[in-house]
Amino acid sequence: MALLQIAEPGQSTNPHEHKLAVGIDLGTTNSLVASVRSGLPEVLADEQGNKSLPSAVQYLEDSILVGHEAKNNAASDPENTLVSVKRFLGRGLEDINRLYGDLPYNFVEKEHTVNIQTRQGEKNPIQVSAEILNKLHTQAIATLGDALQGAVITVPAYFDDAQRHGTKDAAEIAGIKVLRLINEPTAAAIAYGLDSGKEGVIAVYDLGGGTFDISVLRLNKGVFEVLSTGGDSALGGDDFDRAIVKLLLKNANVTAKLSAKSLRKMYDLGRELKESLTINETVEFNVSLLEGDIVGQITRAEFESEIEALVKTTLRSCRRAVKDAGVELEEILEVVMVGGSTRVPLVREKVEGFFNRTPLTSINPDEVVAIGAAIQADLLVGNKPDSDMLLLDVTPLSLGLETMGGLVEKVIPRNTTIPVARAQEFTTYKDGQTMMAIHVLQGEREMVDDCRSLARFVLKGIPPLTAGIAVIRVTFNIDADGLLSVTAMEKSTGIESSIQVKPSYGLEQSEIADMIKASMSNAKEDMAARMLAEQKVDAIRMIEAIEMAINESGHLLQVNELEAINNAIEALRVSTAQANGDVIKTAIKALDDISQPFAARRMEDSIKQALTGHSVDNV
Amino acid sequence: MRYFDLFDLPVQFDVDLLTLQDRFRSIQKQVHPDKFANGSDQQKLLAVQQASEVNDAYETLKSPLNRAEYMVAEHGHDVKHEQETIKDGAFLMQQMELREELEDLESSNDPEQALDVFYSDIKKLIKLYTDEFNVNFDKQEYKLAAMSVKKLRFIYKLKSEAEALEDKLLDY
Repeated sequence: MALLQIAEPGQSTNPHEHKLAVGIDLGTTNSLVASVRSGLPEVLADEQGNKSLPSAVQYLEDSILVGHEAKNNAASDPENTLVSVKRFLGRGLEDINRLYGDLPYNFVEKEHTVNIQTRQGEKNPIQVSAEILNKLHTQAIATLGDALQGAVITVPAYFDDAQRHGTKDAAEIAGIKVLRLINEPTAAAIAYGLDSGKEGVIAVYDLGGGTFDISVLRLNKGVFEVLSTGGDSALGGDDFDRAIVKLLLKNANVTAKLSAKSLRKMYDLGRELKESLTINETVEFNVSLLEGDIVGQITRAEFESEIEALVKTTLRSCRRAVKDAGVELEEILEVVMVGGSTRVPLVREKVEGFFNRTPLTSINPDEVVAIGAAIQADLLVGNKPDSDMLLLDVTPLSLGLETMGGLVEKVIPRNTTIPVARAQEFTTYKDGQTMMAIHVLQGEREMVDDCRSLARFVLKGIPPLTAGIAVIRVTFNIDADGLLSVTAMEKSTGIESSIQVKPSYGLEQSEIADMIKASMSNAKEDMAARMLAEQKVDAIRMIEAIEMAINESGHLLQVNELEAINNAIEALRVSTAQANGDVIKTAIKALDDISQPFAARRMEDSIKQALTGHSVDNV
Repeated sequence: MRYFDLFDLPVQFDVDLLTLQDRFRSIQKQVHPDKFANGSDQQKLLAVQQASEVNDAYETLKSPLNRAEYMVAEHGHDVKHEQETIKDGAFLMQQMELREELEDLESSNDPEQALDVFYSDIKKLIKLYTDEFNVNFDKQEYKLAAMSVKKLRFIYKLKSEAEALEDKLLDY
């Protein structure tokens, strides 16, 4: 055995050593990073001791500011300082104009998405999000003292496929290995459940800066089972600010379109007044704009009448979620309040009225999501092999296909537990037809135009047969991140059809690669070096996992099989010493292939074990 | 894998839902992709496939209608896709009457009260055809059992339409 071991950063010399992983709450207004250290989850503060990072990015001539500085500069440089950019993820210009009204940005319309013109050129919301993630990532590495094995990133439960993909792409651009995307209310439930030790049905009401989620979960023996989820991915505290701004402008008889600077000033004022009205019944204000000064006061009652309709919308989602969960209101043990906007007194009052119980507001509504994500990250990275904890989440929106007459046929209904795979069969309608177009949609409505278009696929290579003879089986998979993928097969010939995926929203893989390269040149990193480092981490991780598997269930292997696997492990170990990513990749693949039957056997065995355990319990 | 075998349950319509739930969770604790976040791509894929199948099996056995459909499908009667129609005139007549009743609900004097009555009728019919299914299935009369399932499908569809109407009435 070697006396001295030299380890690459991020690779442990000892498989049982604590692995570094973080949970990231990428919020509309604020973002946080947390990690489990010495067994306890905590939010990591920056050098100045700030626990939360404003989700603001300012593009200067030749540098980029992220966080507090950027936020402070927003009023003086609104066009180049992007805040609440999460609201633009996976959305087109039409959506943005309809949902958010006047914004101080120069949008550039793209096909189904937008770019924002800055002095550093056009920026995609995904790139901007990547800057925020990058800052948190760097901060975490500085605090934890070493490279990370990966991160769990939270997304609103009601995010659709395009928004989830956007978030994952942003992480990839930022150089973060995503262990899992988890839903914000689910993350909050983990933190709450583990802390309180309670079991039963709970509801998580999560009203953030730009999004609203309601999730109903059942907590039982370490299992966090989401029964239903609902919400609105375009409703949050920002809308409360906007309601105040509208009221102030109306009262001041300002009808002209405001300049970008004035707009930003007014939105900042709206936020301040909202926060102040949480404690005070009346607040006075005085703001000077280019267009003139606005002076006056606003009462809580006035504010509340402006936002009442918005709050009511959230309660409607609550009602549907409770119904979808198949539980009665009385069964709900606790209503957990998450997100900064749940500080608004009217929100608390209305939620209390709906659920007929005092909501739990004692947990920190800003930090609980990041904390829950950190706990899950710690688990996924393998720091707690004996843990009994399991998350079972659902897909928030129904997935369907366009059929005749612009109607949508549902393939996977909302609130189906993920991962899920569902197949649908199609047949040709013309003799000799070799192609077929398929349109995938997400949403609850019956008409194609009322749902979100996710992708259009063209199935090619269908054997030319008489109409109706060729049967194409299309399988839709939603993985544990809530992300969709599609495979297709022609049944009579068994040919796996080639699928052209054209995402309606989001980035092409080539665009992501370009953005990674662009971000690299900023950080003076090298693409190849990064790929190599990632491959080495993957290799080490895989060796550890397989060695652990052999330790646990080596009895499932024949002697010659064990020998073959050990040889492949050794070959992979040797390959990691080389500075050649392709060699490592080949060795990983070889080990993976040879250990595949073992993995399958282990899984079957573990299912048997799980049931045997039960039979014993039941005796 | 056969769904009943997966959860080590006897092949019968009456399922102990708590046992099913308990076993579902135990199995997911073993196969869920979260348990393989550190694994290779192939292992992850295997886990996703397994977990998807277990989820599907659970969803199927959990819901009475899906469970009944699955039970007859195992005996070659694909109720979901079969074209054969119900020829039971009395049943069809009853369906038409129920459908009219549902359509008139909205304009009735007390729609909520009327809905309650409608739900209770539906509940009785579900019980009736579930019992019929059980008797046929136990006698290994799978074709007849499949016919009962077809009727159940109609009733459950009415139920979900009534629920949609309820949402509408309650201003959802």
